[in-house]
Amino acid sequence: MIKGLWWKLAGLALVLYSVIAGQLITVPALPVIHETIRNLFYHVCMWFAMFTMFGTSLVYSIRYLSGFKPQHDIMASESVYNGLFFGTMGLTTGMIWAKFTWGDFWTNDPQLNGAAVSMMAYLAYAVLRSSIDEKSMRARISAVYNIFAFMLLVIFLGVLPRLADSSLHPGKGGNSSTMEGLDINMRLVFYPAAIGWLLIAFWILQIRARKRKLIQQV
Amino acid sequence: MKEIRELVRKDMLLELRQKYAINGILLYVVSTIFVVQLCYGRVIDESAWIALFWIILLFAAFNAVSKSFVQESAFRRLYYFSLASAVSVVLSKIIYNALLMMILGILSLLVFVLFMGMPSFSMGLFLPAFLLGCIGISASLTMVSAIASRSGNNAALMAILGFPVVVPLLLLLVNTSKISLKAEIIAAEIIKSLSALLMIDTVVVVLAVILFPYLWRD
Repeated sequence: MIKGLWWKLAGLALVLYSVIAGQLITVPALPVIHETIRNLFYHVCMWFAMFTMFGTSLVYSIRYLSGFKPQHDIMASESVYNGLFFGTMGLTTGMIWAKFTWGDFWTNDPQLNGAAVSMMAYLAYAVLRSSIDEKSMRARISAVYNIFAFMLLVIFLGVLPRLADSSLHPGKGGNSSTMEGLDINMRLVFYPAAIGWLLIAFWILQIRARKRKLIQQV
Repeated sequence: MKEIRELVRKDMLLELRQKYAINGILLYVVSTIFVVQLCYGRVIDESAWIALFWIILLFAAFNAVSKSFVQESAFRRLYYFSLASAVSVVLSKIIYNALLMMILGILSLLVFVLFMGMPSFSMGLFLPAFLLGCIGISASLTMVSAIASRSGNNAALMAILGFPVVVPLLLLLVNTSKISLKAEIIAAEIIKSLSALLMIDTVVVVLAVILFPYLWRD
């Protein structure tokens, strides 16, 4: 983990900036989404943070299996729990957004299905961890499941869009792509927001891992 | 190679002596299909046929494969551990389960056709996809059952852990079945579907070979 305070403050500043500027800037007036497009700054960043956390957890699981160091297991499991938190946030913001633009909380959309299955895989990981008592065994077996599930999820997320004819999400199947039509004002808020939330995610991860280590020392 | 052959032979002998898996699961499949027939009547539309068929087969697979490591007691595992290498153990289990799954799959397909009738699949695509799907489902569930067997409570965990892992395959299979319903299929579509299935099968087997040794040792 990176030492120092600067990146935490930077993350905080970027998120604060995105929250304030995200409400103030003028956004392009698009049909259907209108002003709700501001949710892009918050909703999409949650998913970025979630996938980064799951990726971090994969790295630490591989490192655990190659060295069997307990701190790697702590990092792997805490990043999963942290990723689940961001995933829940992403689902919630997404569902509210979907209700206002697509008219329903849940739609049969490849992106949504991918997100749901990823969440389920990592919830299963959490259940698996809680069902094994012995520490080193728990670490080893959950690391194996983590790698196995992650690889299949990658395939799943890669295969899904090819199967679906259309998606409600931008950039896929003839939908008005907000990503390409993202004007310069929005880019100036969106990219800092994404980086800011990623930094915050790593900060939370650091605190969680530290807490786990302290509990284990007691 | 010889080791793998002997291990597969052992599993088959055990199965032939007990006749538990095949008979039990066939009965399960038949009664499920019968219930479906009672509820739906004989005439159902084609997408419902496909969905029901794969769901029933999936649950049959869960039942069939979950025994593969659960039935081995801790002492017997120790015995195998001293006799054979982990890679040959997992490969033999995958081969055995794939064979079992293909037999079960073909038998349940026959029963299903008997009760529910047969949509006009083009067999050139449906059958290879069906067999590849059986291999993929059994291989990934073998790995999941190995993971589940190392933690205390198996039955519930198997379903939880297995679901996210099997979903990509299942979706791909349902989609391929739907393609094979079309009157004329383009060759590119056949190659695309079958190569995607083959890719998943390969990835699962490779991951199983890499990861299983970590599960096997104590």
